[in-house]
Amino acid sequence: MLIPEAEKILAEARPRGWVMEPEALRLLELAEVPVPRFTWACSRAEALEAAACIGYPVVAKVVSPQVLHKSDVEGVRPGIADGQALTATFERFSRLPGFEGVVVAEMLSGRELIVGAKHDFQFGPVILMGIGGTAVEIYQDTATRMAPLKPSDIQSMLGCLRGRRLLTGHRGFAAVNLSKLTEMALRFSELVMALGDRFDSIDLNPVFCSPERCVVADARIILS
Amino acid sequence: MDFKPLFKPETIAVAGVSLSNEGHPANVIYNKIHLRYPVKVYPVNPKGGTFKRDRVYRSVEEVPGPVDLAVIAVRAELVPETLSQCIRRKVGGAVIVSGGFAEVGRSDLQERITAMARAAEFPFIGPNCLGIYAPGHFDTFFLPGERLVRPSPGHVGFVSQSGGVLVDQMVKFTQQGLGLSLAVSIGNKALIRELDLLRHLADDPETRVLAFYVEGFGRREGRAFVELAASIPKPIVVLKAGKTAEGSRAVSSHTASLAGDYRVFSDVLAQHGIVEARNEFELTCFCESLSHYPRGIDGNVGIITVSGGHGAIASDICADLGLRVPRMPEAVKAELRAGLSANIRDIACLDNPIDLTGSAVDEDFLAALNVLSHAAEIDSVLLLLLPYSPGISSDLGARLSYVHQQNGKPLVAYVPHVEKYRILIEGFELNRVPVASSIDGAAYMVEAMRRCRPC
Repeated sequence: MLIPEAEKILAEARPRGWVMEPEALRLLELAEVPVPRFTWACSRAEALEAAACIGYPVVAKVVSPQVLHKSDVEGVRPGIADGQALTATFERFSRLPGFEGVVVAEMLSGRELIVGAKHDFQFGPVILMGIGGTAVEIYQDTATRMAPLKPSDIQSMLGCLRGRRLLTGHRGFAAVNLSKLTEMALRFSELVMALGDRFDSIDLNPVFCSPERCVVADARIILS
Repeated sequence: MDFKPLFKPETIAVAGVSLSNEGHPANVIYNKIHLRYPVKVYPVNPKGGTFKRDRVYRSVEEVPGPVDLAVIAVRAELVPETLSQCIRRKVGGAVIVSGGFAEVGRSDLQERITAMARAAEFPFIGPNCLGIYAPGHFDTFFLPGERLVRPSPGHVGFVSQSGGVLVDQMVKFTQQGLGLSLAVSIGNKALIRELDLLRHLADDPETRVLAFYVEGFGRREGRAFVELAASIPKPIVVLKAGKTAEGSRAVSSHTASLAGDYRVFSDVLAQHGIVEARNEFELTCFCESLSHYPRGIDGNVGIITVSGGHGAIASDICADLGLRVPRMPEAVKAELRAGLSANIRDIACLDNPIDLTGSAVDEDFLAALNVLSHAAEIDSVLLLLLPYSPGISSDLGARLSYVHQQNGKPLVAYVPHVEKYRILIEGFELNRVPVASSIDGAAYMVEAMRRCRPC
């Protein structure tokens, strides 16, 4: 069961076939999946106000119904240190096709994971978890389980990863917070089951996991 | 639906027996049942007449007395009529051997017979299949008996989408001395599918291990299969074909491309404690092992060998598979040493693998196995028995099996499979200890138990 606001986001996104990032983050937030502090700013003034409120450095990401893969058009700018840099980034993004504003969000740190979901023809909704980031298809280090997930499924998925030691503490990197990661994955699993047949696939990539928390930095929801 | 008439028939009608073509599939089936199985069989052909001094019935409806099973091997377009005769005649079920349905684009014909059967609650296997092999009772394979390799009655229930894979696997099972409780080739699986037979074999007292050769499930059918499988206490082994069919379709999300069809299949099976065999060798080893040891283990292996090289090879294979070969604590080593005969006490290597050397005698094996059977560090024992050394007697297989039976810790043996060691091998096998013909095979038998629990 989804609450009316979530239903409204899906209904508005349906003609486009996918949910734009700020709305996807809101959908996750409504499902109690942790997301960064962010604002969808449609003007330069709104962007500057949001960044001041969040605190620099921030990340800015273009919002456009014509841009599904933001990094293909250099539509993601991390580490913006001040208002001048933010203004310049806003100007550049505003010239991208279909520009509808920017997401201004807090900078996150930690290990990068991917958490995803898709409808499998034979098994229905399945959830994937693995080593994330932009090189996710190079490493292909992921494990899949049929949804809904049990807490033990998350343990076993992480145990299957070749890169599992990246998450359990390695060379100066502290271990990620496994209970927060488990909590995040279980909330996501509930959302996946509630979405039912309405989605085709979901990428949460990266999900930043640190010793303190696990937060979804970017989300792409493709509708069916 | 009641499957008893399908798998335990007392009377069978074979529709399609030819009066002129001795090689017709229906004739092969009729002949083998007539001559070799304890089942009453009736030939059916619309022309009537006599065949091998038996009356040929013009239709299934003409056959006197009850008919449990009809084997239908007529041309595809005649199948609906034959099927409706069976339904009217209250036959218990059918195996439809005939091809010419969905596999050649005639889904309409297949849907027609499936709808008829479903409406009448009439169970059938097929079409386009070999059907049923029930060892010692009957089979519907249109392959001459002298050409088939026939596993003896045993405890593996095997369901295969492919008849060819089934028949070939029967050869592998026989070589391993592995018996079948029931084997079913389901062909186009129009009505009876994997899920139905999963349910049936779960309740079949003769079946201890369920094995499936699967090419693919229908929409969401895999979900129902794994959910039911997870609730069944018997081990289930699946060999999947079509692992690379995903191809390079363009997808807009990472998840869709990373979680390809086969990877999802493999991961979801493991999630539900279903043992995936990656090839026919694993399938055979896993079925053999799990028919003796149906419970999952962590996979901490104690290795007993008489050759350092064999111990090293076995350790490598175990490590590759994800099995652990833990070192033995000093207390266990001391206990091992105390049990060994004087001439090997100082030369045996007591770290895992435990190398008793070529000078070991029967009593040394018995003592070492006895200690390992109680060692908490390991949950399984892999015994590499090379019967070349003179200290090993022909009774050792049976004697080691008795030690194993004292506490039940899984024991798997490797013995070279040559005729002169037969008595050793049977000493194990008749006492319910599985024996592999290769070191790999023995390691896979242990691996089967490790995979036999939810991941």
